[in-house]
Amino acid sequence: MLRYAVRRVGQLLLVVAALSVLLFAWLRSLPGGPVSALLGDRATAESRAALAATLGLDQPIPVQYLRFLHRAASGDLGISTGVQRGEPVLSILLQRLPATIELTLAAILLAVAAGIPLGYLAARHRGGWLDSAGVVGSLVGVAVPVFFLAFLLKFVFAVQLGWLPTSGRQSAGLDATRVTGFFVLDGLLTREWDAAWDAAAHLVLPALALASIPFAVIFRITRGAVLDVLGEDYVRTAYAKGLTAGVIRRRHVLRNALLPVVTTIGLQTGALLSGAVLTERVFAYQGVGQALAIGFTLRDYAVLQVVILAAAMTYVLVNLVVDLSYALIDPRLRT
Amino acid sequence: MTDVLAVDPVPPVAAGDTPPSRATSAWRRLRRDPLFLAGATIILCFLVVAVLAPWLAPHDPAARLLESQVSRARNEIPPPQPGFPLGGDADGRDLLSRMLLGSRQTLLVAVLATVIGLGGGLVLGTLAGALAGWVDAVLMRMVDVMLAIPSLLLAVSIGVLFVQQSRFTVILAVAIVQIPVFARLLRGSMLAQRVADHVLAARALGVKPAAIVLRHMLPNSLGPVIVQTTLVLAVAIIEAAALSFLGLGAPDDSVPEWGQMLGTAQDVIDSHPQLAFWPAGAIITVALGFTLLGEALRARA
Repeated sequence: MLRYAVRRVGQLLLVVAALSVLLFAWLRSLPGGPVSALLGDRATAESRAALAATLGLDQPIPVQYLRFLHRAASGDLGISTGVQRGEPVLSILLQRLPATIELTLAAILLAVAAGIPLGYLAARHRGGWLDSAGVVGSLVGVAVPVFFLAFLLKFVFAVQLGWLPTSGRQSAGLDATRVTGFFVLDGLLTREWDAAWDAAAHLVLPALALASIPFAVIFRITRGAVLDVLGEDYVRTAYAKGLTAGVIRRRHVLRNALLPVVTTIGLQTGALLSGAVLTERVFAYQGVGQALAIGFTLRDYAVLQVVILAAAMTYVLVNLVVDLSYALIDPRLRT
Repeated sequence: MTDVLAVDPVPPVAAGDTPPSRATSAWRRLRRDPLFLAGATIILCFLVVAVLAPWLAPHDPAARLLESQVSRARNEIPPPQPGFPLGGDADGRDLLSRMLLGSRQTLLVAVLATVIGLGGGLVLGTLAGALAGWVDAVLMRMVDVMLAIPSLLLAVSIGVLFVQQSRFTVILAVAIVQIPVFARLLRGSMLAQRVADHVLAARALGVKPAAIVLRHMLPNSLGPVIVQTTLVLAVAIIEAAALSFLGLGAPDDSVPEWGQMLGTAQDVIDSHPQLAFWPAGAIITVALGFTLLGEALRARA
């Protein structure tokens, strides 16, 4: 197990190293080069020269790359040129990260809470109305662009019906105490119930829109896995032994079927991060995704660079954790 | 995972008949699959509209025929009226004509992006799967790095590299993201075939390595690739729309495209949702068509 873990971590480090090279190359090949990219087109000649000197653009490329790494490692991730002009990218990231984590977790929770039971029921009543509706629904779900679903939810439930807020994380004029940056959690910790309620209400629509992606996948994988397990010999054996149906379902079917589902949830991280960019944009939800969406429009390369690297690292890390926990459960996979 | 759709038993072959070839029997089963039929019908209609669009469209999609009815100050756009069943867009152009002609560009985006992605993936996947060893290791680590970046973020990162945005840069951004997906898929089935009986037999017969790869391994690896290609056609349309939505679409909208129309419509969605609903409905329908085809092929092939 240890050898497997060491090898997987080694692979991860290799990927991260390659990512940093790729990102460095990306920043250098942007239109106008890194100076224009970081300062914008209207910068003065002096500030350009100053930045070129600070960036060490007169140095050989390998030296530049090492400096780029060194700066990043010491927490200097550059200054935003558009999203939050003049602010250090690191502080923008730290301030927006809790929002995106809160949104993504809510979406995964919704998707798991709905996808696993529905997928299980669909498999048990294969060919029934729930099964057909679920299969068709998950196919349609794949075809609906997530940002359009977000628009639709916003249009119906916020604009037309007015049940939920249209945008942001918190109502204007609400003075809530901040502890962790997770607004719902903060409200609960400080016992400011109205603030917690308000933050949760702002979370509902974006989380629903974002949950559509993992929900469709979790539903289908759960259904397929349960169908596979139901056909296994050990399930037949369990029935033959005279075990009750409830015990077989809990101990034999569900437990074995959940393994592929867990991996799937890990693999959905990438789609969730992409989806968060679009959803946060529609709901003007002040998370990392919105910073990225605005960053692309305003060409704020300092922000883009950091957020893309952070997203990629989150993705590979989550999958590492999934792989390791999977190997812990199933020794056959430690190869 | 592949068992999304119920599978009928293979029709029995009457004694004395020559058994149908694999392709024929697969086609026979497909013909009776409702999901396949639904998908095929949607895509056929889409293709017919795309081909006939210039003759079907009642007006010039770029002409601002209803411009007099557009008022930015009062937030007004032309409503449906005689001759203009869907009304006009925010620039006073006929929405129906734009929808009809948009099908062509959307088809172009989907097909070109998929073909480029497939081509790149075929080359990389074949090299990795056929040569194995260090070539495989290097190529697959590259693929790992590309797959580590969430697809939409990778597509936009490629999109911003171009000084001038155009429809082609959108296509390229969407296509490059698909290359590692195809490469990984092909490499897997090629590697599995290296030790398959027919490949070992060909090798024993002294067939040249290049011929083994191209004539024996590649054709036998294409099944999952074809399924994936069908699914990517849907993904390409949706991703192109997402790029437009993020402001990285083609800036010139005189030649309409659904993703771009949907992206532009977001500015007025609260007051004029129909401008978003028409292109979104079309995108969802076509993407669903390709997805149904892909899933039907995946389950039956």
